[in-house]
Amino acid sequence: MRDAELARLKSRKLSAAFFYGLIIIATVLSVSILFIIISHIFVNGFSALNWDFFTQIPKPYGEEGGGIAPAIVGTLIMLLVAALIAIPIGVATAIFIVEYGATKLAAAVRFAVELLAELPSIVVGIFIWALVVRNLTGYSGLAGSLALAVIMIPIIARSVEEILKLVPDSLREAALALGTPRWKVVLFIVIPTVLPGLLTSIMLSVARAAGETAPLLLTSLGNSFFNFDLRRPMAAMPLQIYSYAISPYDDWHTKAWGATLLLIALVGIMSGGVKYFTRRWNHESH
Amino acid sequence: MNKPWMVLLQKLKPSKEANPGRLPLIQDPGDRVFSVIIGSASAFVIVLLSAFVLLLFYDALESIERFGFSFFTGSDWNPVETELNPIRFGALPFIFGTIVTSVGALILATPLAIGSALFIVEYAPLWLGKIVSFIIELLVAIPSVAYGIWGLFVLVPFMRSTVEPALQTILEPIPILGALVEGPPIGQDLLTGSVILAIMILPTILSVSREILKNVPRLQKEGMLALGATKWEVLTGAVLPYARGGIVGGAMLGLARAIGETMAVTMVIGNSTTKISPSLLTPGYTIASAIANQFTEADSSIYFSAIVELGLLLLVVASAFNILAHFLTQYILKGGDARHA
Repeated sequence: MRDAELARLKSRKLSAAFFYGLIIIATVLSVSILFIIISHIFVNGFSALNWDFFTQIPKPYGEEGGGIAPAIVGTLIMLLVAALIAIPIGVATAIFIVEYGATKLAAAVRFAVELLAELPSIVVGIFIWALVVRNLTGYSGLAGSLALAVIMIPIIARSVEEILKLVPDSLREAALALGTPRWKVVLFIVIPTVLPGLLTSIMLSVARAAGETAPLLLTSLGNSFFNFDLRRPMAAMPLQIYSYAISPYDDWHTKAWGATLLLIALVGIMSGGVKYFTRRWNHESH
Repeated sequence: MNKPWMVLLQKLKPSKEANPGRLPLIQDPGDRVFSVIIGSASAFVIVLLSAFVLLLFYDALESIERFGFSFFTGSDWNPVETELNPIRFGALPFIFGTIVTSVGALILATPLAIGSALFIVEYAPLWLGKIVSFIIELLVAIPSVAYGIWGLFVLVPFMRSTVEPALQTILEPIPILGALVEGPPIGQDLLTGSVILAIMILPTILSVSREILKNVPRLQKEGMLALGATKWEVLTGAVLPYARGGIVGGAMLGLARAIGETMAVTMVIGNSTTKISPSLLTPGYTIASAIANQFTEADSSIYFSAIVELGLLLLVVASAFNILAHFLTQYILKGGDARHA
């Protein structure tokens, strides 16, 4: 009797250990994926990086050298324009949801933001193509910026909403009780307390938009020359990576890896750097 | 002249109609302006979403009217008129490719995500759990095209030379499963598409599952432990049943992401045939990769309209899964009063 119970306990403990092992394996596998991908990008991309890579326009196939400077410039311009459009709308939407949140309209806005945030990015591309590219500008940097802005708006709105919710109501109530009008409460009391978080979420949305490829494929199209004119097709780093990667030439593959490394670094610096900066700022202001 | 207290007094002066016991509201003209600005920006978001649906529907109308339901059941995709094949658009192969790769991704990613989430919440010390979930969630930050280039130059050759032949030797003798791996291993196929999607949706499922698992009431776990259950029995008896709905919600969210994912899949899935076969080793298309590949080639208005209808389909399906996932996870997280018990 006792032996049977002991045997059963043993097998139960064994199965617990077995599944613990499986869980460890799953975790190790999940964690290692990131390192595998990043190390490949680093190893393959590093050899492409040189001075020309950052400063030259792409060379036609057959000529050595050349770089992806137009793509770097194009990405930066389009991100800037997209951010200028998306930040006011995104932040205002978040303020509306949190500060005027008790209405049915606010619930509807929140729902719309949810859905927009999860739209497949290629659908955004089709939409901007149909709205802007077809009738107004043709393939252009402006269309690309608008597509990126549409992607950024819900991201900003959602994360700023989360941040605004952290502001304690007692702060708002104290200000209102002193007779401060509502708009002053929002702009001069609520927003300043969350300013570092606000900047972080804006930068995160920019970082996210920096890597978007599918919508740009249908809107800004790409360009192998320098172009600062928003009305004409504009190069972008993700587009350059895509077109080089699917080309049959080894030299272009290397450049695609280099551009990927650069893009990852850009995304990493934008998301990581701002966090560091805002943390320091928070620290100093206390 | 206007000293602050005078202004205040003026504002507080009871108006004649007002209830004598009640102070009048302080009206500031800025309030009106501000709420109009904020409100119109928010209304813009709703307008934007409606414009999405309406514009896509408008452009897809030609294809919807001409092909009707056969758009979803037909498997011929002939954009160019020839003597043998009239112009016809049936999206079934794309829908098939999307379903196979997304479900495949879900099957691969969910066990990994749940395993890691259990490790983070139930096994690891706090600091280790934080590091692990931070690292896995960094996968979200990697741009889709970076997954694409990695998939194309690293994963595809690896699948072709190692994984797919190995799968063939294991599965070929088994009657039904053997059909899944028929044909020469090419690397650029539905299976590789599933793997890359699995990696991309892993952090999504993980972060939802982790939040859900954290919400499992402590008393339930302690009760089972007190009865002498092993850790694994606690997990299967108390934790997982409680978290099931939420984990399914996380998986839904992952599924919605997988369905809409474009670039990475486009680069590894092959994009070369529209044949429907049971083998995972055939190259295929997903709805999103078909759009990315063919959008700029659409030279006739019916071709364009058919591609927009694909986009509309993507929009509707992704939104539906999102709404479903949203309700499932909210239901679990809000129903967590037991947490405080």
